[in-house]
Amino acid sequence: MVNWIWLGMIVFSVVFAAATGRVDQVTEAAFSGAQTGVTVCFGLISILVFWMGLMRIAEVSGLVRKLSRLLAPIVRWLFPDVPKDHPALGFILSNMSANLLGLGNAATPMGIRAMQELQKLNPDPGTATPAMCTLLALNTASITIVPTTLIAIRMNFGSAHPADIIAPTLLATAISTGAAILADRWYRRRAGRPPASLPHAPAGTGAMPFKGG
Amino acid sequence: MVAFLHALSAWAIPMFIVLIPLYAAFRKVPVYETFVDGAKDGFSTAVSIIPHLVGMLTAISMFRASGAMDMLVAAVKPLFERLGIPGDVLPLGLLRPITGAGSLAFATDLIKAHGPDSFIGRIASTIQGSTDTTLYVLTVYFGAIGIRNARYALKVGLFSDAVGFFAAVFACWLLF
Repeated sequence: MVNWIWLGMIVFSVVFAAATGRVDQVTEAAFSGAQTGVTVCFGLISILVFWMGLMRIAEVSGLVRKLSRLLAPIVRWLFPDVPKDHPALGFILSNMSANLLGLGNAATPMGIRAMQELQKLNPDPGTATPAMCTLLALNTASITIVPTTLIAIRMNFGSAHPADIIAPTLLATAISTGAAILADRWYRRRAGRPPASLPHAPAGTGAMPFKGG
Repeated sequence: MVAFLHALSAWAIPMFIVLIPLYAAFRKVPVYETFVDGAKDGFSTAVSIIPHLVGMLTAISMFRASGAMDMLVAAVKPLFERLGIPGDVLPLGLLRPITGAGSLAFATDLIKAHGPDSFIGRIASTIQGSTDTTLYVLTVYFGAIGIRNARYALKVGLFSDAVGFFAAVFACWLLF
Protein backbone atom coordinates (compact mmCIF):
# COMPACT_ATOMS: atom_id res chain seq x y z
CA MET A 1 0.00 0.00 0.00
CA VAL A 2 2.89 2.38 0.78
CA ASN A 3 4.22 1.70 -2.71
CA TRP A 4 0.97 2.87 -4.30
CA ILE A 5 0.59 5.96 -2.13
CA TRP A 6 4.14 7.02 -2.89
CA LEU A 7 3.89 6.42 -6.62
CA GLY A 8 0.42 7.98 -6.71
CA MET A 9 1.55 11.19 -5.02
CA ILE A 10 4.50 11.62 -7.37
CA VAL A 11 2.63 10.81 -10.59
CA PHE A 12 -0.41 12.88 -9.62
CA SER A 13 1.77 15.83 -8.59
CA VAL A 14 3.57 15.95 -11.93
CA VAL A 15 0.38 15.49 -13.98
CA PHE A 16 -1.39 18.15 -11.90
CA ALA A 17 1.59 20.50 -12.16
CA ALA A 18 1.62 20.09 -15.94
CA ALA A 19 -2.08 21.03 -16.05
CA THR A 20 -1.75 24.07 -13.79
CA GLY A 21 1.65 25.27 -15.02
CA ARG A 22 3.44 24.74 -11.72
CA VAL A 23 6.19 22.49 -13.06
CA ASP A 24 8.96 24.75 -11.73
CA GLN A 25 7.52 24.79 -8.21
CA VAL A 26 7.15 20.99 -8.20
CA THR A 27 10.75 20.50 -9.33
CA GLU A 28 11.94 22.81 -6.59
CA ALA A 29 9.68 21.06 -4.05
CA ALA A 30 11.18 17.66 -4.93
CA PHE A 31 14.67 18.84 -3.98
CA SER A 32 13.61 20.85 -0.95
CA GLY A 33 11.62 17.82 0.29
CA ALA A 34 14.69 15.61 -0.05
CA GLN A 35 16.74 18.19 1.82
CA THR A 36 14.17 18.32 4.64
CA GLY A 37 14.43 14.53 4.92
CA VAL A 38 18.16 14.72 5.54
CA THR A 39 17.83 17.70 7.90
CA VAL A 40 15.21 15.90 10.00
CA CYS A 41 17.42 12.81 10.23
CA PHE A 42 20.41 14.89 11.31
CA GLY A 43 18.21 16.42 13.99
CA LEU A 44 17.32 12.90 15.10
CA ILE A 45 20.98 11.85 15.53
CA SER A 46 21.57 13.72 18.80
CA ILE A 47 18.33 12.51 20.38
CA LEU A 48 18.76 8.92 19.20
CA VAL A 49 22.41 8.71 20.29
CA PHE A 50 21.62 10.08 23.73
CA TRP A 51 18.47 8.06 24.42
CA MET A 52 19.86 4.83 23.04
CA GLY A 53 22.86 5.22 25.33
CA LEU A 54 20.57 5.77 28.27
CA MET A 55 18.33 2.91 27.23
CA ARG A 56 21.34 0.58 27.08
CA ILE A 57 22.04 1.42 30.72
CA ALA A 58 18.41 0.67 31.56
CA GLU A 59 18.66 -2.61 29.68
CA VAL A 60 21.97 -3.81 31.17
CA SER A 61 20.94 -2.90 34.72
CA GLY A 62 17.81 -5.04 34.42
CA LEU A 63 15.51 -2.04 34.83
CA VAL A 64 13.70 -2.64 31.56
CA ARG A 65 12.99 -6.26 32.48
CA LYS A 66 11.73 -5.19 35.90
CA LEU A 67 9.36 -2.63 34.40
CA SER A 68 7.99 -5.13 31.91
CA ARG A 69 7.23 -7.64 34.67
CA LEU A 70 5.35 -4.94 36.59
CA LEU A 71 3.02 -3.94 33.77
CA ALA A 72 2.97 -7.32 32.08
CA PRO A 73 -0.80 -8.07 32.13
CA ILE A 74 -1.81 -5.20 29.78
CA VAL A 75 1.06 -5.77 27.40
CA ARG A 76 0.59 -9.54 27.46
CA TRP A 77 -2.98 -9.01 26.32
CA LEU A 78 -1.86 -6.64 23.54
CA PHE A 79 1.13 -8.74 22.47
CA PRO A 80 0.15 -12.38 22.96
CA ASP A 81 2.94 -13.79 20.77
CA VAL A 82 5.90 -12.12 22.53
CA PRO A 83 7.41 -14.49 25.15
CA LYS A 84 7.19 -13.51 28.82
CA ASP A 85 10.33 -11.70 30.10
CA HIS A 86 11.48 -10.91 26.55
CA PRO A 87 13.36 -7.55 26.47
CA ALA A 88 10.97 -6.26 23.77
CA LEU A 89 8.18 -5.98 26.35
CA GLY A 90 10.21 -3.58 28.49
CA PHE A 91 10.93 -1.28 25.55
CA ILE A 92 7.30 -1.41 24.45
CA LEU A 93 6.33 -0.26 27.95
CA SER A 94 8.85 2.59 28.05
CA ASN A 95 7.65 3.63 24.61
CA MET A 96 4.02 3.63 25.77
CA SER A 97 4.74 5.62 28.93
CA ALA A 98 6.76 8.24 27.01
CA ASN A 99 3.89 8.67 24.54
CA LEU A 100 1.49 9.05 27.43
CA LEU A 101 3.53 11.97 28.77
CA GLY A 102 3.75 13.63 25.36
CA LEU A 103 7.49 12.94 25.18
CA GLY A 104 7.54 12.19 21.47
CA ASN A 105 11.33 12.57 21.27
CA ALA A 106 11.88 10.02 24.01
CA ALA A 107 9.25 7.63 22.66
CA THR A 108 10.84 7.20 19.23
CA PRO A 109 14.20 5.65 20.28
CA MET A 110 12.43 3.31 22.72
CA GLY A 111 9.97 2.32 20.00
CA ILE A 112 12.84 1.59 17.62
CA ARG A 113 14.59 -0.52 20.27
CA ALA A 114 11.34 -2.42 20.79
CA MET A 115 11.08 -2.99 17.02
CA GLN A 116 14.68 -4.26 16.92
CA GLU A 117 13.88 -6.75 19.68
CA LEU A 118 10.68 -7.83 17.90
CA GLN A 119 12.72 -8.28 14.73
CA LYS A 120 14.76 -10.96 16.55
CA LEU A 121 11.53 -12.96 16.92
CA ASN A 122 10.62 -12.44 13.27
CA PRO A 123 11.01 -15.53 11.08
CA ASP A 124 10.84 -13.39 7.91
CA PRO A 125 12.90 -10.16 8.42
CA GLY A 126 11.34 -8.33 5.44
CA THR A 127 7.74 -8.70 6.61
CA ALA A 128 6.12 -7.13 9.68
CA THR A 129 4.90 -9.49 12.40
CA PRO A 130 1.49 -8.98 14.07
CA ALA A 131 3.29 -7.71 17.20
CA MET A 132 5.06 -5.03 15.14
CA CYS A 133 1.75 -3.94 13.63
CA THR A 134 0.22 -3.65 17.11
CA LEU A 135 3.14 -1.55 18.37
CA LEU A 136 2.81 0.69 15.34
CA ALA A 137 -0.94 1.06 15.87
CA LEU A 138 -0.36 2.11 19.49
CA ASN A 139 2.19 4.68 18.37
CA THR A 140 0.15 6.22 15.58
CA ALA A 141 -2.86 6.63 17.86
CA SER A 142 -0.90 7.20 21.12
CA ILE A 143 -2.95 8.16 24.18
CA THR A 144 -1.68 11.58 25.25
CA ILE A 145 -2.07 13.24 28.66
CA VAL A 146 0.14 16.27 28.05
CA PRO A 147 0.20 17.71 24.51
CA THR A 148 3.27 19.80 25.42
CA THR A 149 3.98 21.48 22.08
CA LEU A 150 0.41 22.61 21.50
CA ILE A 151 0.09 24.06 25.00
CA ALA A 152 3.24 26.10 24.30
CA ILE A 153 1.88 27.35 20.96
CA ARG A 154 -1.44 28.34 22.55
CA MET A 155 0.46 30.33 25.21
CA ASN A 156 2.36 32.15 22.46
CA PHE A 157 -0.88 33.34 20.90
CA GLY A 158 -2.27 34.64 24.20
CA SER A 159 -4.75 31.93 25.13
CA ALA A 160 -6.66 32.58 28.37
CA HIS A 161 -6.52 28.86 29.25
CA PRO A 162 -3.75 27.16 27.25
CA ALA A 163 -4.10 23.86 29.13
CA ASP A 164 -7.82 23.68 28.26
CA ILE A 165 -7.08 21.21 25.50
CA ILE A 166 -5.82 18.50 27.87
CA ALA A 167 -9.32 17.14 28.47
CA PRO A 168 -10.44 16.96 24.81
CA THR A 169 -7.03 15.58 23.80
CA LEU A 170 -7.27 12.82 26.40
CA LEU A 171 -10.82 12.00 25.28
CA ALA A 172 -9.96 12.04 21.57
CA THR A 173 -6.82 9.92 22.01
CA ALA A 174 -8.65 7.39 24.20
CA ILE A 175 -11.23 6.96 21.43
CA SER A 176 -8.64 6.75 18.62
CA THR A 177 -6.44 4.31 20.56
CA GLY A 178 -9.46 2.11 21.24
CA ALA A 179 -10.27 2.19 17.53
CA ALA A 180 -6.67 1.35 16.62
CA ILE A 181 -6.57 -1.66 18.96
CA LEU A 182 -9.90 -2.94 17.65
CA ALA A 183 -8.86 -2.51 14.00
CA ASP A 184 -5.51 -4.18 14.70
CA ARG A 185 -7.25 -7.12 16.36
CA TRP A 186 -9.67 -7.43 13.48
CA TYR A 187 -6.93 -7.47 10.82
CA ARG A 188 -4.77 -9.79 12.93
CA ARG A 189 -7.60 -12.29 13.20
CA ARG A 190 -8.45 -11.96 9.51
CA ALA A 191 -4.82 -12.41 8.44
CA GLY A 192 -4.64 -15.51 10.60
CA ARG A 193 -1.24 -16.77 11.62
CA PRO A 194 1.69 -15.11 9.81
CA PRO A 195 2.61 -17.10 6.68
CA ALA A 196 6.14 -17.67 8.01
CA SER A 197 4.89 -19.79 10.89
CA LEU A 198 3.28 -22.32 8.58
CA PRO A 199 5.35 -25.49 8.47
CA HIS A 200 6.13 -25.71 4.75
CA ALA A 201 5.42 -22.37 3.02
CA PRO A 202 8.39 -19.94 2.85
CA ALA A 203 6.94 -16.57 3.86
CA GLY A 204 6.21 -13.57 1.68
CA THR A 205 6.94 -15.25 -1.62
CA GLY A 206 3.55 -15.17 -3.28
CA ALA A 207 5.05 -16.38 -6.54
CA MET A 208 6.29 -19.64 -5.00
CA PRO A 209 4.50 -22.62 -6.53
CA PHE A 210 2.65 -24.61 -3.92
CA LYS A 211 4.44 -27.76 -2.93
CA GLY A 212 2.17 -30.57 -1.83
CA GLY A 213 2.87 -32.94 0.98
CA MET B 1 -4.55 19.03 38.40
CA VAL B 2 -3.18 21.18 35.59
CA ALA B 3 -0.24 22.18 37.80
CA PHE B 4 0.38 18.50 38.51
CA LEU B 5 0.34 17.68 34.79
CA HIS B 6 2.72 20.52 34.03
CA ALA B 7 5.06 19.33 36.77
CA LEU B 8 4.81 15.80 35.39
CA SER B 9 5.84 16.81 31.88
CA ALA B 10 8.60 19.10 33.16
CA TRP B 11 10.10 16.47 35.49
CA ALA B 12 9.67 13.28 33.46
CA ILE B 13 12.82 13.66 31.34
CA PRO B 14 15.21 14.78 34.12
CA MET B 15 13.89 11.89 36.22
CA PHE B 16 14.67 9.41 33.45
CA ILE B 17 18.16 10.88 33.06
CA VAL B 18 18.97 10.71 36.79
CA LEU B 19 17.20 7.57 37.96
CA ILE B 20 18.30 5.15 35.23
CA PRO B 21 22.10 5.61 35.70
CA LEU B 22 21.64 5.82 39.47
CA TYR B 23 19.82 2.49 39.58
CA ALA B 24 22.42 0.93 37.25
CA ALA B 25 25.32 2.18 39.38
CA PHE B 26 23.58 0.67 42.39
CA ARG B 27 23.49 -2.63 40.50
CA LYS B 28 27.28 -2.25 39.81
CA VAL B 29 26.92 -1.55 36.07
CA PRO B 30 29.78 0.56 34.54
CA VAL B 31 27.37 3.37 33.59
CA TYR B 32 29.50 5.54 31.30
CA GLU B 33 30.96 2.69 29.26
CA THR B 34 27.50 1.15 28.90
CA PHE B 35 26.11 4.52 27.79
CA VAL B 36 28.77 4.96 25.09
CA ASP B 37 28.30 1.39 23.93
CA GLY B 38 24.55 1.86 23.47
CA ALA B 39 24.89 5.37 22.04
CA LYS B 40 26.95 4.04 19.11
CA ASP B 41 23.83 2.35 17.77
CA GLY B 42 21.98 5.68 17.77
CA PHE B 43 24.09 7.09 14.96
CA SER B 44 23.70 4.15 12.60
CA THR B 45 19.97 4.02 13.35
CA ALA B 46 19.53 7.71 12.47
CA VAL B 47 21.54 7.30 9.26
CA SER B 48 19.58 4.21 8.23
CA ILE B 49 16.37 6.28 8.35
CA ILE B 50 17.62 8.89 5.82
CA PRO B 51 16.63 7.08 2.59
CA HIS B 52 13.12 6.39 3.89
CA LEU B 53 12.51 9.94 5.04
CA VAL B 54 13.98 11.52 1.90
CA GLY B 55 11.72 9.38 -0.28
CA MET B 56 8.58 10.22 1.65
CA LEU B 57 9.20 13.94 2.12
CA THR B 58 10.02 14.41 -1.56
CA ALA B 59 6.64 12.98 -2.60
CA ILE B 60 4.71 15.00 0.02
CA SER B 61 6.48 18.21 -0.87
CA MET B 62 5.71 17.71 -4.59
CA PHE B 63 2.08 16.92 -3.81
CA ARG B 64 1.69 20.19 -1.92
CA ALA B 65 3.56 22.33 -4.45
CA SER B 66 1.55 21.02 -7.40
CA GLY B 67 -1.66 22.39 -5.89
CA ALA B 68 -3.18 18.91 -5.71
CA MET B 69 -3.63 19.24 -1.94
CA ASP B 70 -5.65 22.46 -2.37
CA MET B 71 -7.89 20.79 -4.92
CA LEU B 72 -8.51 17.83 -2.62
CA VAL B 73 -9.56 20.21 0.17
CA ALA B 74 -11.89 22.21 -2.09
CA ALA B 75 -13.58 18.99 -3.21
CA VAL B 76 -14.48 17.72 0.28
CA LYS B 77 -15.15 21.06 2.02
CA PRO B 78 -18.95 21.42 1.32
CA LEU B 79 -19.64 17.94 2.74
CA PHE B 80 -17.80 18.74 5.96
CA GLU B 81 -19.62 22.04 6.48
CA ARG B 82 -22.90 20.13 6.27
CA LEU B 83 -21.74 17.83 9.10
CA GLY B 84 -21.06 20.85 11.32
CA ILE B 85 -17.27 20.55 11.05
CA PRO B 86 -15.54 23.83 10.15
CA GLY B 87 -14.12 23.38 6.64
CA ASP B 88 -10.91 25.16 7.65
CA VAL B 89 -9.74 22.22 9.79
CA LEU B 90 -10.05 19.70 6.93
CA PRO B 91 -6.56 20.25 5.45
CA LEU B 92 -5.19 19.65 8.95
CA GLY B 93 -7.00 16.31 9.11
CA LEU B 94 -5.54 15.35 5.73
CA LEU B 95 -2.02 16.57 6.54
CA ARG B 96 -1.86 15.07 10.03
CA PRO B 97 -1.21 11.43 9.04
CA ILE B 98 1.25 12.45 6.32
CA THR B 99 3.53 15.12 7.76
CA GLY B 100 4.10 16.16 11.37
CA ALA B 101 5.98 19.36 10.57
CA GLY B 102 3.50 20.31 7.84
CA SER B 103 0.44 19.78 10.02
CA LEU B 104 2.06 21.57 12.97
CA ALA B 105 2.66 24.55 10.69
CA PHE B 106 -0.96 24.39 9.54
CA ALA B 107 -2.31 24.10 13.11
CA THR B 108 -0.18 27.06 14.22
CA ASP B 109 -1.57 29.04 11.30
CA LEU B 110 -5.19 28.23 12.28
CA ILE B 111 -4.55 29.16 15.93
CA LYS B 112 -3.01 32.43 14.82
CA ALA B 113 -5.80 33.30 12.38
CA HIS B 114 -8.83 32.33 14.50
CA GLY B 115 -7.40 32.74 18.03
CA PRO B 116 -6.35 29.97 20.43
CA ASP B 117 -9.64 30.03 22.35
CA SER B 118 -11.92 29.95 19.30
CA PHE B 119 -13.74 26.74 18.33
CA ILE B 120 -11.48 26.26 15.30
CA GLY B 121 -8.37 27.02 17.37
CA ARG B 122 -9.33 24.42 19.96
CA ILE B 123 -10.18 21.77 17.37
CA ALA B 124 -6.87 22.45 15.61
CA SER B 125 -4.96 22.10 18.92
CA THR B 126 -6.75 18.87 19.79
CA ILE B 127 -6.21 17.26 16.37
CA GLN B 128 -2.54 18.21 16.27
CA GLY B 129 -1.95 17.12 19.86
CA SER B 130 -3.81 13.86 19.76
CA THR B 131 -2.44 11.66 16.98
CA ASP B 132 1.05 10.97 15.74
CA THR B 133 2.11 11.18 12.11
CA THR B 134 1.20 7.70 10.87
CA LEU B 135 3.36 7.77 7.74
CA TYR B 136 6.35 9.10 9.71
CA VAL B 137 6.01 6.53 12.49
CA LEU B 138 5.65 3.75 9.92
CA THR B 139 8.63 4.98 7.90
CA VAL B 140 10.92 5.47 10.90
CA TYR B 141 10.02 2.35 12.90
CA PHE B 142 9.87 -0.11 10.02
CA GLY B 143 12.72 1.64 8.16
CA ALA B 144 15.03 1.23 11.15
CA ILE B 145 14.70 -2.56 11.07
CA GLY B 146 14.37 -3.02 7.31
CA ILE B 147 10.73 -4.10 7.06
CA ARG B 148 9.53 -3.79 3.48
CA ASN B 149 6.15 -5.49 3.75
CA ALA B 150 4.12 -3.52 6.33
CA ARG B 151 1.04 -5.74 5.85
CA TYR B 152 -2.08 -4.08 7.34
CA ALA B 153 -0.22 -1.58 9.59
CA LEU B 154 -0.87 1.45 7.35
CA LYS B 155 -4.59 0.71 7.08
CA VAL B 156 -4.92 0.46 10.86
CA GLY B 157 -2.96 3.70 11.32
CA LEU B 158 -5.02 5.68 8.80
CA PHE B 159 -8.26 4.30 10.23
CA SER B 160 -7.33 5.41 13.75
CA ASP B 161 -6.34 8.84 12.37
CA ALA B 162 -9.78 9.23 10.80
CA VAL B 163 -11.44 8.17 14.05
CA GLY B 164 -9.15 10.54 15.96
CA PHE B 165 -10.09 13.46 13.72
CA PHE B 166 -13.82 13.04 14.31
CA ALA B 167 -13.23 12.27 17.99
CA ALA B 168 -11.30 15.55 18.35
CA VAL B 169 -14.15 17.54 16.78
CA PHE B 170 -16.66 15.68 18.95
CA ALA B 171 -14.62 16.22 22.15
CA CYS B 172 -14.38 19.98 21.52
CA TRP B 173 -18.07 20.15 20.68
CA LEU B 174 -18.86 18.29 23.93
CA LEU B 175 -16.51 20.16 26.27
CA PHE B 176 -16.68 23.77 25.03
